[in-house]
Amino acid sequence: MGKLFAVVLVIIALASAYPIATHMYVMPEDISTHGHQIDEQLSDTMAEAGTSFLLAQLVLAFFVWKFAERKDGGKLTNFPGGAKVMVAAAFILVGTEVLALGVFGQRAWANVYFTPPRPDALQIQAQAGQFAFYFRYPGADGKFGALYPDKIDEGNQNYFGLDPANEIESRDDIVSAELAIPVNREIYLMMHAKDVGHSFYVRELRIQQDFVPGLDLSVHFTATKTGRYEIVCTQLCGLGHYNMKAYLNVMAQDDFEKWMKQKASEL
Amino acid sequence: MEEAPAQQAHVHAPPEGFLRKYVFSLDHKVIGKQYYALGLLAVCMGMVLSWLMRFHLVWPRTRIPGLELLSKAGAPGGVITPEYYLSLLTMHGTLMVFFVLTNAPFAAFGNYFLPIQIGAEDMAFPRFNMMSFWATLVAFLVLILAFVIPDGPPISGWTSYAPLSAVGKDAGPGMGWGMNLWGISIAIFCIGSLLGALNFIATTLDLRAKGMTLMRMPICTWAWFITSCIALLAFAVLLPACILLILDRTAGTSFFIPSGLVVSDRLQPHSGGSPLLWQHLFWFFGHPEVYIAILPSMGIVSHILINSMRKPLLSARVIIYSMMSIGFLSWMVWGHHMFVSGMNPFSSLLFSFPTLTITIPATMMTLIWLGSLYGANIRISAASLFALGFISMFVSGGVSGFFLAQPSIDIVLHATYFVVGHFHMVMGVASIFGVFAGTYFWFGKMTGRMMNETLGQLHFWLTFVGTYCIFMPFHYLGLVGNVRRYSAFVNDFTGPLMPLHKFITIAALGTGAAQLIFIFNLIYSRYKGAPAPENPWNGTTLEWSIPSPPPWNNFGGKHPVIYHDPYQYNVKGSKGDYIMQDSPEPSAG
Repeated sequence: MGKLFAVVLVIIALASAYPIATHMYVMPEDISTHGHQIDEQLSDTMAEAGTSFLLAQLVLAFFVWKFAERKDGGKLTNFPGGAKVMVAAAFILVGTEVLALGVFGQRAWANVYFTPPRPDALQIQAQAGQFAFYFRYPGADGKFGALYPDKIDEGNQNYFGLDPANEIESRDDIVSAELAIPVNREIYLMMHAKDVGHSFYVRELRIQQDFVPGLDLSVHFTATKTGRYEIVCTQLCGLGHYNMKAYLNVMAQDDFEKWMKQKASEL
Repeated sequence: MEEAPAQQAHVHAPPEGFLRKYVFSLDHKVIGKQYYALGLLAVCMGMVLSWLMRFHLVWPRTRIPGLELLSKAGAPGGVITPEYYLSLLTMHGTLMVFFVLTNAPFAAFGNYFLPIQIGAEDMAFPRFNMMSFWATLVAFLVLILAFVIPDGPPISGWTSYAPLSAVGKDAGPGMGWGMNLWGISIAIFCIGSLLGALNFIATTLDLRAKGMTLMRMPICTWAWFITSCIALLAFAVLLPACILLILDRTAGTSFFIPSGLVVSDRLQPHSGGSPLLWQHLFWFFGHPEVYIAILPSMGIVSHILINSMRKPLLSARVIIYSMMSIGFLSWMVWGHHMFVSGMNPFSSLLFSFPTLTITIPATMMTLIWLGSLYGANIRISAASLFALGFISMFVSGGVSGFFLAQPSIDIVLHATYFVVGHFHMVMGVASIFGVFAGTYFWFGKMTGRMMNETLGQLHFWLTFVGTYCIFMPFHYLGLVGNVRRYSAFVNDFTGPLMPLHKFITIAALGTGAAQLIFIFNLIYSRYKGAPAPENPWNGTTLEWSIPSPPPWNNFGGKHPVIYHDPYQYNVKGSKGDYIMQDSPEPSAG
């Protein structure tokens, strides 16, 4: 039975590693300026974790093969070097790995979170509510109107709770269910939750950030490739959570300007 | 053995009458079995819920006959609605984490064996012990009451993030009384666990037999002791958090709800609260909870491995100190669940380092287990197979922690099936493997009859291969970005992933069915199993020095004296290949 355990374990270990080694399941191509660092970090970690996984499983299988139900009546022996070798190995190998991953991993994190957006980044406000995203652009005046939760009226398409009757700033605000952005320009996305917690996740952008009610959160990113990409909610927000999605539409600068003009003319 | 010394506070009279013997028992062994039975009931329910979820994910429109009887609104015509999927998910997680992973390896086996292994007649506070079980049972009943009330079970997941969980019925079906029941249930559960943890700690510190120094305690006793210390602090934080949540929901307070929220077209009458406060309080409990689930199994597995290898571990101290370090570090890492929550990004770095550091003691333990196998003569049994399977699962679930501990990688893997694969393997399956190993190992002691080995080993093979088939592919789905907690995969990219989802569902149904072998074995062996001798595995610790099953006062009124470290196997010059802890025979070392 010990030998069977070893064989089954080797098969499981190799079969588990196969789809990883052959890149059968991977993220779509990165379309952001920061994403390559995350991808590199992920692939470095995969190499280290994968090696640890295979080594540990194969050693376990080998020892069980060799030392289970021994028929040789051989004397019981101890691992040469004993526990000290194990403790030292854990400290040195894993300690180095932890330090390396920890330190290098911070660069990718810092790039997303510790660098402020450029002053000329395009400001867009995203609002998440059960179960839709809406996006607001400041319009020609470059200013967002204030939000009044008591004025929210979805029937009249006032999703954000604007008060254009009394506020000049909000009169030219453009509201869209699609996040249209120009390619190769930094976007400063200010996040606002209308009701409960939600999240903004675009795989291709390598961005995920929660919307938290009561907190002014933001992300900034630059998309480098035009196209339509799914924005999905990843924070459990209620019965329609699975269906809460929108599209990110990355356009050429000209197309984006046309889109803005058309949206402005619809106001 | 020596005659009993002066009367001790915890000693109680022999139980008389059916109620005192089996229902409101003060005997730690009966309470241990009660916890085990409750865990078994909860795991069966939790597993059925997971089948329903997996079935719905891949065959969303196929009718499940009879399901409409469980909930007319949730499964009209036997087809699960999206909101009922979330109810199933919430109840699955809550049942499994609280009533299975906390109850079975810790409360059940700990209650039964901790006093015996240290040579005590009972727990330090037998009445508290009874209360802790009954509180847990009431908590369980309150939770499943949510299935039958018109509102239905809550839909906010086992983490119950505010404000979804806090604003009341506006947040959706199940978020009225269903959610209240959840909060009340978990609060009661916390009280039960706190009483239990206090009892474990007091018992370990005060009731050890003569000669039973701390370092002479078996490793599993150490594991239960360390776990109690973690549980005492963890549940002490979750309890007030649940009370605050209930107050927000029923008394109009605003601990977790800020101003200006419009839920279901209604401006919520709250202001000044913080949703992140709930997350901090919950995960301050939630991460240590992972170790509450896994540490006892680490202890049980070490205990069984040593017995199966017929030689001590390379170093028991390293295992014990590693468990202590893990317990200590578990207090500094809760924020790694919140990297993308909007918490200050600098604190993500602070939480990332201790999280990665936990890998060091975890690796040490793995290396000690592996290194100890070298040169052994491993006796293969259902118990030792599950113990070896535990090591494999612990490694597989552990390495994925490397990814999630890094904030930058968490940006893409957070809330995906990668996380589901990670925690199911490391805290779910690995911990349950410890419970299986413990059951096959100790069943004879607990019931007086041995479990059937053939069925036990068959159960192992099906479960070992099956759980890998279920949980390894979850990681692949996560690497593509497949989001968890979705009742249907409506995203453009999820179509090609459906064959993998189907594979997982079939594996889950098959592996679940294999558990019937275990249940059958439990029932069959309880009545028809071979009679268990006092020491069927040639073990060295105190549970093997008393009859199977033990008398009500464990040692028949005598008090054992301890002469040795717990694992005197393969001792040179000894008659057998082992020396019992309470045997005056001199050990070589």
